[in-house]
Amino acid sequence: MSSTAQELIPPEAREPARPRAIKGGRVRRLSGRDKLVLSLMVGIPTLIELALVWLPTLMSVGLSFTRWNGLDLADIRPAGAENYQFISQDYPPFWPAVQHNMLWLLFLALIATPLGLLLAVLLDQNIRGSKIYQSIFFAPVMLSLALIGIIWQLFYQRDNGLLNFLLGTAGTPNAVDWFGDSSVNIWAALIAATWRHAGYVMLLYLAGLKGVDPSLKEAAAIDGANAVQTFFRVVFPAMRPINIVIVVITIIESLRAFDVVYVINRGTNGLEMLSALVIQNLVGEGQVIGVGSALAVVLLVISLVPIVFYLSRTFGKENQS
Amino acid sequence: MSIATARTAGNDTTILSRSGSRPKRHYGTHIFLVAMAVMWLVPLGWALFTALRPVASTNEHGYFSVAGDFNFDNFVQAWTQGGFATYFWNSVIITVPAVLLTLFLASLMAFAVSRVNWKFNITLLIMFTAGNLLPPQVLAAPLFEMAKHLEVPYSFSDSGNLLNTYIVVIAIHVAFQMGFCTFVLSNYMKALSPDLTEAALVDGAGIWRQYREIIMPLCRPAFAALGTLEVIFIYNDYFWPLLFIQSGNRLPITTAINNLQGQFLSNYNLLAAGAVITVIPTLVIYLLLQRQFVAGLTLGSSKG
Repeated sequence: MSSTAQELIPPEAREPARPRAIKGGRVRRLSGRDKLVLSLMVGIPTLIELALVWLPTLMSVGLSFTRWNGLDLADIRPAGAENYQFISQDYPPFWPAVQHNMLWLLFLALIATPLGLLLAVLLDQNIRGSKIYQSIFFAPVMLSLALIGIIWQLFYQRDNGLLNFLLGTAGTPNAVDWFGDSSVNIWAALIAATWRHAGYVMLLYLAGLKGVDPSLKEAAAIDGANAVQTFFRVVFPAMRPINIVIVVITIIESLRAFDVVYVINRGTNGLEMLSALVIQNLVGEGQVIGVGSALAVVLLVISLVPIVFYLSRTFGKENQS
Repeated sequence: MSIATARTAGNDTTILSRSGSRPKRHYGTHIFLVAMAVMWLVPLGWALFTALRPVASTNEHGYFSVAGDFNFDNFVQAWTQGGFATYFWNSVIITVPAVLLTLFLASLMAFAVSRVNWKFNITLLIMFTAGNLLPPQVLAAPLFEMAKHLEVPYSFSDSGNLLNTYIVVIAIHVAFQMGFCTFVLSNYMKALSPDLTEAALVDGAGIWRQYREIIMPLCRPAFAALGTLEVIFIYNDYFWPLLFIQSGNRLPITTAINNLQGQFLSNYNLLAAGAVITVIPTLVIYLLLQRQFVAGLTLGSSKG
């Protein structure tokens, strides 16, 4: 397994490769003071994590079965599954939002991620200017998604945007307001998101490719495999740990997609996303906490799929050994 | 998990691709890469180009021309008119304590779960890692209501509750980022030899001394990488201040750029200048600490 962690550690401090069984056999006597120190070391972070992450998550589930305007705690009324019924049947932006989240996922998975992989493979060859290319593709990863929304807004504008100028439509009635027109703005936003995502994927795969044992490639070459076969049959499967991380990042990014659409138009008019709908119900006038929470729970349930997948891959092995 | 492989891989690939049957000049590859690089640079370049042209020039010659002046007037005007000094300071107030606290608490937790055998180690680590993967919007409603209904003295917060305070934004950043940092640091600490602390144990060093004097100094490279990454993450965060902070003049820069759109109305030159100003801190960090940042990102994706 490629491990950047190992590379950062000075050689004399690395754990020597030897059977792990020895470690468990040692008897560790902890003094009373050590126990106190340890319980604080574990206790404080755990308490913060529980109080500010997991308790609110459970409360979201709880609130989704209530009716509440967010003002007085005494006004919370049980509502059964009403909120879920409402969002699925009477809440117009819900299904478009689900579709857009799906579209976001498919676009990142089928276009942005493969593009990042392609860039990584091309740049991993001993090519002139590889470092410069890497810096260019990586630059958007440094930017916040909110800022990316603003930068692309300048590019996409109807009258003064560069894209309409390049298409020859600037100033004519054919000019498209790429972020404003509800029939195209989701695609325009996806291009902006790809701009960032592909660079991120490229970076992770560049690290992954460095970790692939070169003798695997040599063996494949001796067996007569061409470059494409070598990549898909040997190199790509060998990067399994990175592949899992990329799959999880891609899914989670598409569920978290919020900043770009919220900067453009607060997630309305063609840019409905589940995450933005949660916030619209929470901070707008006439707060409907129950409905917002029901949307949050939908988001939670979907995100648990990649989270559980990732955790079982990451921690499953450790439990067995 | 072979260390040797990881260390020599770079050199070997170089040799391999040189001795391979592939022609040395990859013209097709270069054409593709140049095309992609241009596509990558155009939006940034356009923002910079627009920012450097005074409104008078663009009004006279249009946005799509190189005629007229180029100067930094927009930057000066955006800086003074947009209140960037305040926003940047707000970003500092939030980012610095949040990153320091996150790293400190995560290092405590990571030390406990990676250097001491305890049956709940994996359970705790799973809880921390999973917490970091949740979409923030899932916890938004209860956190917002908790902050709103938690009354504090007016001397502490002028809203009478935790809304509109930096404390709540810092706290949630710490809670959310701690999961990721704990995961990365615990992997790093697991890769350190157990003999290091064994020896200290024999000398009678307690847990705190093992943490403070043996493990912490060895973790400096990991802290450098994670610290850089977290500064960028928290500086770039848009969502939490949006949720908790209502007064415009308390927003950090990333969330405040949203308001610039309204503030500069249709003066795109000023908006572009504002966007470029916002990029500068990340750009500086990128140029100075690129290796740390990249190491941080890849640390999170590979298990040691």
